[in-house]
Amino acid sequence: MSRAPLLSVEGVSLALPSGLGLVEDASFRLEAGEVAGIVGESGSGKTLLARGILGLLPPPVRATTGRILFDGADLLALPARSLRRYRGRRIGMVFQEPMTSLNPAISIGEQMAEGLRLHERLSGGEIRRRMVAMLERIRIPDPEACLSAYPHEFSGGMRQRIMLASVMLLRPALLIADEPTTALDCLVQREVLDLMLELTRSEGTAVLMISHDLAMVASRASRVVVMQQGRVVEQDSSERILLRPSHPYTRSLLAALPRRQPARPETEGRPTLLDIRDLSVVFPGRRGLLRRRAPKWAVDGVSLSIREGEILALVGGSGSGKTTLGRAVVRLVRPSGGQLLFRGADVFADGIDARRHALACQIVFQDPFASLDPRMRVDAVVAEPLRHEAGLDRAARRRRVAETLDEVGLGRDFLDRYPHQLSGGQRQRVAIARAIVRRPALLVADEPVSALDMTVQRQILGLLRSLQDRLGFACLFISHDLAAVEQVADRVAVMQDGRIVETAPRDALFDAPRHPYTRALLSAMPALEPQPDGGFRLRRRIAPEPERLRSHG
Amino acid sequence: MSTLSRPLRSRLSVRPNLLVGGLFLGMVLVAALVGLVWTPYDPLAIHLRARLAPPSGDFWLGTDEFGRDVLSRLLVGAGSSVWISVTTVLCAVGAGTLIGLTAGFFRGWLDRIAMTCNDALLAFPGILLALGLLAVLGPGRDGIILALGLAYTPLVVRVVRSTVLSLREREFVEASAVIGNGAAYTVFRHVLPNCLAPLTIMATAMFGWVLLSESALSFLGLGVPPPAPTWGNMLAASRPHLLTAPWLGILPGLCISFALLGINLLGDVLRDRLDPRMQGL
Repeated sequence: MSRAPLLSVEGVSLALPSGLGLVEDASFRLEAGEVAGIVGESGSGKTLLARGILGLLPPPVRATTGRILFDGADLLALPARSLRRYRGRRIGMVFQEPMTSLNPAISIGEQMAEGLRLHERLSGGEIRRRMVAMLERIRIPDPEACLSAYPHEFSGGMRQRIMLASVMLLRPALLIADEPTTALDCLVQREVLDLMLELTRSEGTAVLMISHDLAMVASRASRVVVMQQGRVVEQDSSERILLRPSHPYTRSLLAALPRRQPARPETEGRPTLLDIRDLSVVFPGRRGLLRRRAPKWAVDGVSLSIREGEILALVGGSGSGKTTLGRAVVRLVRPSGGQLLFRGADVFADGIDARRHALACQIVFQDPFASLDPRMRVDAVVAEPLRHEAGLDRAARRRRVAETLDEVGLGRDFLDRYPHQLSGGQRQRVAIARAIVRRPALLVADEPVSALDMTVQRQILGLLRSLQDRLGFACLFISHDLAAVEQVADRVAVMQDGRIVETAPRDALFDAPRHPYTRALLSAMPALEPQPDGGFRLRRRIAPEPERLRSHG
Repeated sequence: MSTLSRPLRSRLSVRPNLLVGGLFLGMVLVAALVGLVWTPYDPLAIHLRARLAPPSGDFWLGTDEFGRDVLSRLLVGAGSSVWISVTTVLCAVGAGTLIGLTAGFFRGWLDRIAMTCNDALLAFPGILLALGLLAVLGPGRDGIILALGLAYTPLVVRVVRSTVLSLREREFVEASAVIGNGAAYTVFRHVLPNCLAPLTIMATAMFGWVLLSESALSFLGLGVPPPAPTWGNMLAASRPHLLTAPWLGILPGLCISFALLGINLLGDVLRDRLDPRMQGL
């Protein structure tokens, strides 16, 4: 023990006034300049613990025992006034949601300058000079213009970078990043993470990353702290955690990492179920003050076909148009051009064929918290699609609902629950039950697992695949998460800027991607190589080729 | 965390709300019913020798400036005040919900026309609008209901429409379309029930406004015409005698306050009961 660590959390417990413990006896330490990560699922207390370091606990929660030593001072014992000197200046924080963590009514420059004005005595010119320099470092094109722009003019990834810049402007000794990239798609995620680590390394800032994504944390951090239900169950270096996890929970987290399932027999010869021909969806531009903005081609001449009983994955970054395409398939969006043929009949021509398509084609949405009517019980939710099924009496209907709930792994005792009484995974199971209760021929799954915890993701993906095996519906699986896609898909289509850039069977696409965009996507996922003894080792998949990528633009 | 706060909430606030609200509202309703079948005196009968008499054995709650029994008038007034406010609120909420739902869910030209008319109506203060209508219709109970109902409808339309606008983008409403449900079914099965919380709050607040507006109209001489008692016109008539005969103003004022308090407390309970998320008490 030559010197004290930068941050030392010693036996900290957080609890509600009623005595309910939320975090119990958590200890870990962080050296200056070190990158560490806290991994855990929702409800594990990882965010509370991180907020506790800054004294930002939500009001009823209080620290009951323990010390948080930062640079020798106990942050838990400090009065609020002195704590403010640490916030921002010594300890910076980046939040999860870039869409809400910047104030939409204040220009970027104003927001970035706030911290500098508060903590340092600098002239206006000097503040401006530092901000521009920082924006250049995070590679914002035209930093001067950026300073007078407002948050809504930037994408999620850009906003997260700006957030990062304004935090790093104060050169804190510790940066706490709470799920900094969870809301971003994988390409942007990698960019922001790389940028964050590059900046902090050059400033000598220590980083505490908080995430549910073990693979992401392990590939960036040197040490990993695993939390479960308010307790630190294991902490070790990333390599050892991956290779030889000692706690059963860590092992189950590792086991939840998606793995490629053996490829199924070719679907080549099967008849085409849905034929998408040169489909375009154009959203009219928003009417500005003086003139209409240019219309946006969300889907731009896409041709794609889905065969009976296959899982076709549609992959792309955010804004690539994949969700719009999925919504067009279930007729939630009207295309501006092209055709959608379901078993040979045009879906958007009104009439009996369209009706048949509507009934045979169902969707599972991304957010299970928004896709269920909060005022309907589970049995009513699942029974609702059967209204349009002729020849089912009450008893038969009830039987079908109970069967379907069994199929998605929910027992009978879920029948009379309301959505708010269910966990995220259970809600998604209900949403799946609603989609399959009528035995559809095609299921559109729009990012069905991205709002869920890792272990739950694995369960839901497994469920989708086994249901599909048993019931034989075709599935359009929309996702930005290549790991999930690798686990379930038969074929993969890659979408960029409204166009399909590559379509290939899964193994071919993952092993020998042809299009540079596909390569970039693949290289952005932290790849873990399973070891014979059950552990994992980090592996870089395919080296990205920046020059070629840029030339393809 | 919610498992913790729920029993707390039920013990501390829901029960007393139900109890006190029910008690107050029950008293008002009982008074209205009693007023229909029995009163100590004829509410219109004039006792010349007992003008402005304070509460006594003969006149329990005193008499007004014409020597009419205040208790009898309050009992009969309860009936007309309750009737006026209930029907007015029902009319406004019914019409407003229907317009708000259609405009908000279907958008397009329907929405534009409805909202233009609505904003035009909103631009007038409610009481001014009612005043104008009553000037045309002539004073009277049905006139008041119609006028106040029309004056308050635009508020309901606004509240319902804005709720619907956010609901229609929610995925469970889209899911209903994908299942194959028609628009009308979706509106009534999925959208309307989720509007109930703001609607109940709105409706309970409106009871108060209507009771007060009715007294304001009476004050301006456009309420229920004079000899017939309502709480509002009793309150209005008490003004010149406030110093010499304070019970004339205090009693109908108390009746209005209790009715309002009762309705608002019950409204909160109703809102929580209608919301499955608040259940499990």
